[in-house]
Amino acid sequence: MADNKGVMICGEIIEGKLAPITAELLGGGRDLAGKLGEELSAVLLGSGIGDLAKEAIALGADKVYVVDDPLLKTYTTDAYVAAMEKVVKEISPNILLFGTTPLGRDLAPRLAFRLGTSVSMDCTALDIDPGSKLLLQTRPVYGGNALAVFVCEGSKPQMAAVRAKAMDPKDRDDSRSGEVIPIAAGLDPAAVRTKVVNTVKEEVEGIKLEDADVIVCGGRGVGSAEDFKMLEPLAKLLNAAIGASRPPCDNGWVSPSIQIGLTGKIVGPTLYIAVALSGSSQHMAGCSGAKNIIAINKDAEANIFKEARFGIVGDFKKVIPAFTDKVKELVG
Amino acid sequence: MPNMIVCVKQIADPEAPPGSFKVDEASKKVNPAAGVSQVVSPFDEQAIEAALRIKDAQGGKITAISLGSNFVMDVIKKPLSMGADELVLLQDPAFEGGDSHSTAYALAMAIKKVGEFDLIFCGRQAADWDAGQVSSGIAEILGIPSVTPVKKVELDGNKVTVERIITDGYDVIEGTTPMLVSVSNELGEPRYPKLKGIMAAAKKEPIVWSAADIGAEPAKCGAAGARAKLEKLFVPVKEGVCEIIEGESPEEAAVALALKLREVRLI
Repeated sequence: MADNKGVMICGEIIEGKLAPITAELLGGGRDLAGKLGEELSAVLLGSGIGDLAKEAIALGADKVYVVDDPLLKTYTTDAYVAAMEKVVKEISPNILLFGTTPLGRDLAPRLAFRLGTSVSMDCTALDIDPGSKLLLQTRPVYGGNALAVFVCEGSKPQMAAVRAKAMDPKDRDDSRSGEVIPIAAGLDPAAVRTKVVNTVKEEVEGIKLEDADVIVCGGRGVGSAEDFKMLEPLAKLLNAAIGASRPPCDNGWVSPSIQIGLTGKIVGPTLYIAVALSGSSQHMAGCSGAKNIIAINKDAEANIFKEARFGIVGDFKKVIPAFTDKVKELVG
Repeated sequence: MPNMIVCVKQIADPEAPPGSFKVDEASKKVNPAAGVSQVVSPFDEQAIEAALRIKDAQGGKITAISLGSNFVMDVIKKPLSMGADELVLLQDPAFEGGDSHSTAYALAMAIKKVGEFDLIFCGRQAADWDAGQVSSGIAEILGIPSVTPVKKVELDGNKVTVERIITDGYDVIEGTTPMLVSVSNELGEPRYPKLKGIMAAAKKEPIVWSAADIGAEPAKCGAAGARAKLEKLFVPVKEGVCEIIEGESPEEAAVALALKLREVRLI
């Protein structure tokens, strides 16, 4: 165990490209590697990975371990856990990072149990303890009402899964040099017990929430699917994506794919207009990266006013049409 | 007919106002706030619902298992009142101070003692510590496949078809029993217990097992079996500097807000 060295990140590939979380993990991982004086490596698993390893180097990796195998084309728990187990046992990293993504949520815990180590999911900050040199893993608990800092003392690697947009990528530098090392997956097809038979895309029209610079988000107080439509003209004017807290999704007013929060999308727009939503910790976990929150809520005591920069205490049904008209005049 | 197991946890109501939430930084514990009720963790209710939908369609037996202390019977019997057949409570001072590792170990040992199972259902994460890994741990210890997070589960003979949530959609995944699934809120609302179910649950005695009853090694239970160490627990400070835009009417306030946002160049 004392021999474990280096910070390793598990990259993600979506539709032939490095997913944004990969650049974020490389950015955060670079800082940790610097503090420890150790190297930063990335693992890329997939089928037909090609030049993506070079991109990981440009984004900060010193080494990239490429595990290219047809059985890794789509994510399955058994194949990915087995491939990562093999990589970790060969390389013995000190720290191993994942994204808290659909892939990371499934892969990281199962791998941690297989390796006999612990993992902290959904970390919003990572640091190195100056004394013990252990990884300090900060994560929201109780739906974001509190923050907890965990360490893993007795086992290696120290594992953490990092929330989207919690870490900043480094500037891309194509002149950086690094080493690309292939590792055989060594998978037994019979050991892969589940099979992805279909992938269904539920694309939302317009701008993706994760990429949007302006978001108009409705909450429980909007009241119905019909009233949710009141947000559309404003969103269109501001080139904004429409989001929702969990109750409108659970009530079927809007698609679950636009849910923002602890168990939904994680967003980081410049402007976040929160309409008739209370601002529960669970919701705020999804939009803590928003730079300017505007709150419109009938209840002056609503938590959202503690998070907002500007607010109106009032009925959104009266505020939103008048606001939309004025915005139209100003930006039109 | 399928044998199904659902793992559930009793927690403080996560919908309680954030202001009622307090921690003791010295002991690194959450202080139980006055007036906040205990509930079954919401994702676990959805896990019960997923199992009940299969039972509705084809029959079968559902055993709910919960590890904890200070159980409130009216609360922890909710799986029974919703329609589960048995309730097993894992209660032992040896289980206290555990983390995801020791919890998954105890639940896996209890599941082994229950014996036959085709499907195990868990919530995607408990709405208190939000650790999100006990389910994967149980599956790893039992050596069975697991899928997380899922929004639909279907069982046809020994063939399991699940819909696993991914970014902007879902994967349709097939496998065979035994399998473990962790259920997310996209499954849909859990049913309300009917009066008949509540009456039946009131009469039903839960089975209580200790660490020794399930053959759990003391070194793997509770604090002794924990691998993650909590260094610090605190409530983040919020600045709370919201500028409230006023007006004679909501419409006037709306106009003033638009002008303000223009002034600070946000629109």
